[in-house]
Amino acid sequence: MNKNFSFKLHFPILVFGIAAPFLFPGLQLQIATLWVMVLFALTWDIMGGQMGYNSLGNILFFGVGMYTSVLFQVGQFADIAEYTSAHGGDSFTFTNAEYYQGLIIGIIMSGVVAAITAALLGWTVFGLRGPYFAIGTLGMAIAAGELMGTWEWVGAGSGISVPVFPGGAHTRSLLFYFLTFGAAILTFVTLQWVYKTRFGLAVNAIRDDEEKAEAMGIHTVRYKTVAWSISAFFVGISGALFGNITGIIEPLEVAFPTVTFGIFMVAMTLLGGKGTLWGPVLGAVLFHTLKEVTWTYFLGWQWVALGVLIIINVVFFQQGIMGWLMEKFPEKFGIVVENKEATR
Amino acid sequence: MTNYIIEVEGVSKSYGGVVANKGISMKVPDGKITGLIGPNGSGKTTLFNSIVGYHPIDEGSIKFKGEEISTYRVPKIARLGLLRTFQQTRIYSNMNCIENMLISIPHRKMGFADMFGEREDKQTMEEVERLLDFVGLYEKRRLRSGDLSFGQQKLLEFAMALMNKPEVLLLDEPTAGINPTLINGLIDRLRRANEEFGITLFVIEHNMRVIMNMAESIYCLAHGEMLAHGSPDEIQNDQRVIDAYLGAH
Amino acid sequence: MVLVAAPVFNVQLLLDGLFIGATFALAAYGLALVWGVMNVKNLAQGDFVIMGGYIAWWLGTQGIHPLWGLPIAIVVMFAFGWGIYVTIIRRVIDKDLFTSLLATFGLAIVIAQLLNLMFGPEVQTAESDFAIRQILGVVTVAEIKVLAFVLCGILALAVVIFMKKSRMGQAIRATAQDPRAARVMGIDTDKVYAFTFSLNAAICGAAGALISMIWVIQPFYGISYSIRSFVIVTAAGFGNLPGVIMAGLGLGVMENYSGFVLGAEFQQATVVGLLLLVLIWRQIQQRKLRQVVS
Repeated sequence: MNKNFSFKLHFPILVFGIAAPFLFPGLQLQIATLWVMVLFALTWDIMGGQMGYNSLGNILFFGVGMYTSVLFQVGQFADIAEYTSAHGGDSFTFTNAEYYQGLIIGIIMSGVVAAITAALLGWTVFGLRGPYFAIGTLGMAIAAGELMGTWEWVGAGSGISVPVFPGGAHTRSLLFYFLTFGAAILTFVTLQWVYKTRFGLAVNAIRDDEEKAEAMGIHTVRYKTVAWSISAFFVGISGALFGNITGIIEPLEVAFPTVTFGIFMVAMTLLGGKGTLWGPVLGAVLFHTLKEVTWTYFLGWQWVALGVLIIINVVFFQQGIMGWLMEKFPEKFGIVVENKEATR
Repeated sequence: MTNYIIEVEGVSKSYGGVVANKGISMKVPDGKITGLIGPNGSGKTTLFNSIVGYHPIDEGSIKFKGEEISTYRVPKIARLGLLRTFQQTRIYSNMNCIENMLISIPHRKMGFADMFGEREDKQTMEEVERLLDFVGLYEKRRLRSGDLSFGQQKLLEFAMALMNKPEVLLLDEPTAGINPTLINGLIDRLRRANEEFGITLFVIEHNMRVIMNMAESIYCLAHGEMLAHGSPDEIQNDQRVIDAYLGAH
Repeated sequence: MVLVAAPVFNVQLLLDGLFIGATFALAAYGLALVWGVMNVKNLAQGDFVIMGGYIAWWLGTQGIHPLWGLPIAIVVMFAFGWGIYVTIIRRVIDKDLFTSLLATFGLAIVIAQLLNLMFGPEVQTAESDFAIRQILGVVTVAEIKVLAFVLCGILALAVVIFMKKSRMGQAIRATAQDPRAARVMGIDTDKVYAFTFSLNAAICGAAGALISMIWVIQPFYGISYSIRSFVIVTAAGFGNLPGVIMAGLGLGVMENYSGFVLGAEFQQATVVGLLLLVLIWRQIQQRKLRQVVS
């Protein structure tokens, strides 16, 4: 990717991200969701695009992060079982200090626990290739939602509510807006960095030919575990933030939305172009904007439209927007014949 | 006293009743070029796969520098310094030549932090450019390796193997599918790899002219069993080998 | 424990498990077919099943006995399968495996949502008006379940005979072994693929029609049937018909038992749990061979 091009994009995005909640206060929630979507697409692409392990169950870490966060936010100051049986925050009040301490630790721990979960689960699914991996991870995400729905301690099917924000509604939405924006930026910057290190090369090698990578002595299991953990870390954090934005965590629709957010991740990345840094960002922005603008006009057909979009995307436009650009203008991406004289 | 770097002792391997290797014993001397020949289906690639850990063996022992490796898995064996190339050339086809080379550095002493290490440090880049120059791919270094011709991919795979600084390189039919006019250049490069970089070569080869020219000792397999062993001259004049190739068995 | 106190209750669970398991095996056999012949992992498998179910159920609401829905579902689903092959599957069959998986996943979403729009999200059963008999005192057996079990067997047998004896069946098996050789021998592999995929859809349709009579259908139940099919095929291997039947029946029984012992809310969790177990078990097997599951 051209450095100049990257920089020209960074600055306007940063300005837009900071100014947006003040310019479009009515769209604040939608734009915050947009940053979550960008984060989703970027993290899905670590596995699906850069490493060639197409996970259909990355949403698992979203739920893990969400539950971890609320458990830490509540568990530090109150008994979880009592809290869940009292159905929520009204009977339990937290002081300002308690709330913010809980939130900070909750967010950090949600990432850490999600990453650890990924590392542990990786041990059980990394022997699976291609479609088996996709189906295995899909199974994990569904199982997690189902099991959470039966676990009384965390509120089972009726869910658990997050602690009530001590300030006003405006401050609350502004705070979480900037937290999601920050999380998306952090994800982007981290990925931009790791793709430039040896890690980027190694996961690409695994994508192109894992057997060859093994035969060349690359620590494939280690790279795969770390890749999934990085992905899970950020998804976990987004889960913590989203849970706090929603207010109530319910296992099937909010925490483990396998067929909504779980599929959006894949659809957005494919739309933008997998295996590139900007593709997922582009895909997420396009997808989310289109969705927000058109969703209500579909009159109940929006899910059908989503399915059709996935099919068309996969069948006719697999390379995505960035992939198409790279095919069209290879020299812009540094794919050129260079002889010795020219470089010296 | 010759020093043997690979010692195969009584190795057998069968696939669902079909015996591919039966009681094979052989030794690869350190720093030399050793050849492995035999008619199609005689079990050459099976033996290669057994050595590099691609499948478990039924019985016998395989030692690399005196260490038993027959239970290790592929990446571990590769990190010990025993590397193989594939009959169907395998490269990372969506990456360019430089990236293919950069990720082929030795992974022997890679710690956890090295995963996020600088990948294009000056020394490594110099090595990459030198080796790409060595195989004649310097001009094409920024092209997608999957877009290279078959012969060029083969050369790239060879350069990647050298980049890994192996002690032994197992080459599965390095000249198969290569334009005959390029074969001499490849032989020359293989020899130089052996002489200049001190890499022991163990080569499966169908082209008799190539292997007779290159190898110092040759093993011949037939029907999964070790048929003969000797210098190129001995092998060429061995009646059993001639019979095996003419199918008089 | 009820099961120990009243051993006859085991018979009930076992029988119900076998009855429903037979339909699982039928759908899984269809998956094994497209998997083995075309190397397409069809994630819309369960939605084909549910579609067949809705065809039989809808005919039932129009005053046609759902048993007549069975042949109609077979014919309609065959045609539907052909249409899907021509529009989607043909274009993804030579791409990498995730492409077909994702394309069929998109298809699954479309089918489920369309069914939801047309028939609503309620759980439905097609009324077949057969008697329910009591055996061994407390065990109830609905005649329709026995009939469905027998029909499953007949359908499976018909497909097996078709694969062995007919020209198309032989062409399908030849293509499964080596498509290139089959093409050289003059077999139109495109047509073979189209037929195989349609046959699979028809088999699913039949399984769904039976399920609508002996159990319940709902627009979003498709994914469970897809996962069940994957569990069965992964456990049995796709060239192994007796294995598929055994695994299908076994899965039905296991689900019934876990639903009874753990509670109905664990039924779906049991299916995905079994999927994960089967996948882990396959990995352990492959690890012994220094290989991976691919």
